[in-house]
Amino acid sequence: MAIMQLREAINLTLHQEMERDPRVIVLGEDVVGGMGTAGGPEAIGGIWKTTEGLYAKFGAGRVIDTPISESAIIGAAAGAALAGKRPVAELMFADFIGVCLDQIWNQMAKFRYMFGGKSRCPAVIRVAYGAGRNAGPQHSQAVYAMMTAIPGLKVVIPSSPAEAKGLLTQAIRDDDPVLFFEPKALYASREEVPEGEYLIPFGHARTVREGTDVTIVTCGQMVAVAAKAADKLAQQGIGCDVLDLRTTSPIDEEAILDSVELTGRLVVLDENPPRCGLAVDIAANVATKAFSALRAPVKMVTPPHSPVPFAVELERAYLPGVGDVEAAVHELLGYRGSAPR
Amino acid sequence: MQLSREQMLIAYRQMKVIREFEERLHNEIQKGEIAGFTHLYSGQEAVAVGVCEHLTDGDFIISTHRGHGHCIAKGCDVKGMMREIYGSSEGLCKGKGGSMHIADVDKGMLGANGIVGAGAPIAVGAAISAQLDGDGRVAIAFSGDGACNQGTTFEAMNMAVVLKAPCIFLFENNHYSEHTGVDYAVGTAGDIASRAEAFGMKVWRGNGCDFFAVFEVMREVLEYVRAGHGPAAVELDTERFFGHFEGDPQRYRGPGELDRLRATRDCLEAFRTSVTEAKLLKGAELDQIDFEVGRLIDEAVDEARAAPRPTAADVLTDIYISY
Ligand SMILES: Cc1ncc(C[n+]2csc(CCOP(=O)(O)OP(=O)(O)O)c2C)c(N)n1
Ligand SMILES: [Mg+2]
Repeated sequence: MAIMQLREAINLTLHQEMERDPRVIVLGEDVVGGMGTAGGPEAIGGIWKTTEGLYAKFGAGRVIDTPISESAIIGAAAGAALAGKRPVAELMFADFIGVCLDQIWNQMAKFRYMFGGKSRCPAVIRVAYGAGRNAGPQHSQAVYAMMTAIPGLKVVIPSSPAEAKGLLTQAIRDDDPVLFFEPKALYASREEVPEGEYLIPFGHARTVREGTDVTIVTCGQMVAVAAKAADKLAQQGIGCDVLDLRTTSPIDEEAILDSVELTGRLVVLDENPPRCGLAVDIAANVATKAFSALRAPVKMVTPPHSPVPFAVELERAYLPGVGDVEAAVHELLGYRGSAPR
Repeated sequence: MQLSREQMLIAYRQMKVIREFEERLHNEIQKGEIAGFTHLYSGQEAVAVGVCEHLTDGDFIISTHRGHGHCIAKGCDVKGMMREIYGSSEGLCKGKGGSMHIADVDKGMLGANGIVGAGAPIAVGAAISAQLDGDGRVAIAFSGDGACNQGTTFEAMNMAVVLKAPCIFLFENNHYSEHTGVDYAVGTAGDIASRAEAFGMKVWRGNGCDFFAVFEVMREVLEYVRAGHGPAAVELDTERFFGHFEGDPQRYRGPGELDRLRATRDCLEAFRTSVTEAKLLKGAELDQIDFEVGRLIDEAVDEARAAPRPTAADVLTDIYISY
């Protein structure tokens, strides 16, 4: 184990997986940096520094610095994967999925189905997502809920450095296309990370805090918000069962239902806008499968139905915070039908 | 040179406003009061001003993430822009967009843009609209040497040719897209205009660090496009004097590169030298402009820092017109 930042955990994983499997290649804009400049290659190593050192070690054949051409980058990842490689493509910001959506949605997600199960597309698309850095409406979105709605894709959202390592390793070794959402506000966050081989299987939620009063289901950078709220509520004698989904496709339905059956109350905390989002997906699933366990209506804590605003005050108001989660928990506990039947 | 004294004074002032705006932001950002990502336009002023001095509010431009210069040159309110960058509710876009999204549609400024390559197709649409109105107005898409590699740019160029749209693809080649050199990323040995030519467009090339060169090229280009000959493309060679964004360590630069660029490729210095040597304007007149612009930017910063802040309720305004 070693203390490292989330971006270092990603970087270590890429080094290890490229070392382990010669089919793993990396491509994206400025993943090398400095190509065709006086400063020379590796002037940057990725704008988030997640690909630093890969070019020096594995060379231009496997570490491919691309022009600004997201459709071609993701299409090329799809094609290389069909042809037997294990590409890890980087989009600088999750928002740029908008530029290359066809290659994700109509191409890589559907190959295997359309081809009658006769193909593999083991591509990973790494994207930096999320609000909190005042990057404005086109550089701050969460996006993973939309991707979760696409059959054929796996969707992964690590919440910490160690989680990032275990989940990215699994993503690269997984035989299906994976969208890997890195919370950009957490790139510099630190924790102990296993340096050796570490895999976290998809579809298994992690219990972050245990409690029997209210279930809080969340993922990504919202996990820390939920944990903080749970800690504050614990001081008031309220126990929250906090689940970090880790992957939203596949989703650990069982863990959610088990917890709700224990607590009878559910808060879903998500960074996507509310309409047709992850929170409604989980709320609907619980309502249809664990209705009798619920002692109060499901509470959804999400940003409003609006783009992500730029100004500090606006973005702060937009993003769900610890106070919003606490209020939701109190509301559920105070719900008049909430007493045992 | 066909510019009047008045025109030259205005052009110099506009370039100076952009320069001072950006140099000041560079310093203010160090103080930590400005949130988000900021991409400065210093070094490229002759392009924005040399283009926009030919335009009226009825003509359209669309810009990029490096948009401050285009906004100022197209007539956006400088103080409103500064308030926007500081995130004030009285900013030009009410603090919703920030540096990367400054727009003023009434001035024909269809926005800076955070998505590289998004502008060109939108410009084609504005050009189609102008074409329907039939009054000689044009739309100009500013794009970088990086943006020229997006499929959107290719599609827009072809469509404009097919539709004979009064659209100008204005490529500012500052030799870098983020940390990557143009010779690496643009497969035609860094030559962007030849691509546009291959799409069937008439193209022009010019020195983007020389206001007079840009102005003359654009006079021809605009005559051609306004006359209904269809789209055109222009590649202007220019320099950016700061990092890609504020905070960029710029390790891709060669030793002494920035000093050399500032010494040899400064469009404001070149302007001053040429007009004073040709005795078209007096140094003192330009000094006076420098002084006034300095004051304007001082005021803009002071006012932006004291400007009203948005509140939580503002998050939900301006999403729709009616809903
Ligand atoms: C679709 C998309 N891809 C990538 C980026 C990240 N990005 C912002 S600016 C930039 C470089 C643009 O280079 P260029 O077009 O030459 O403009 P310049 O920065 O030189 O003005 C990149 C890659 C983005 N904003 N949008
Ligand atoms: Mg450039």
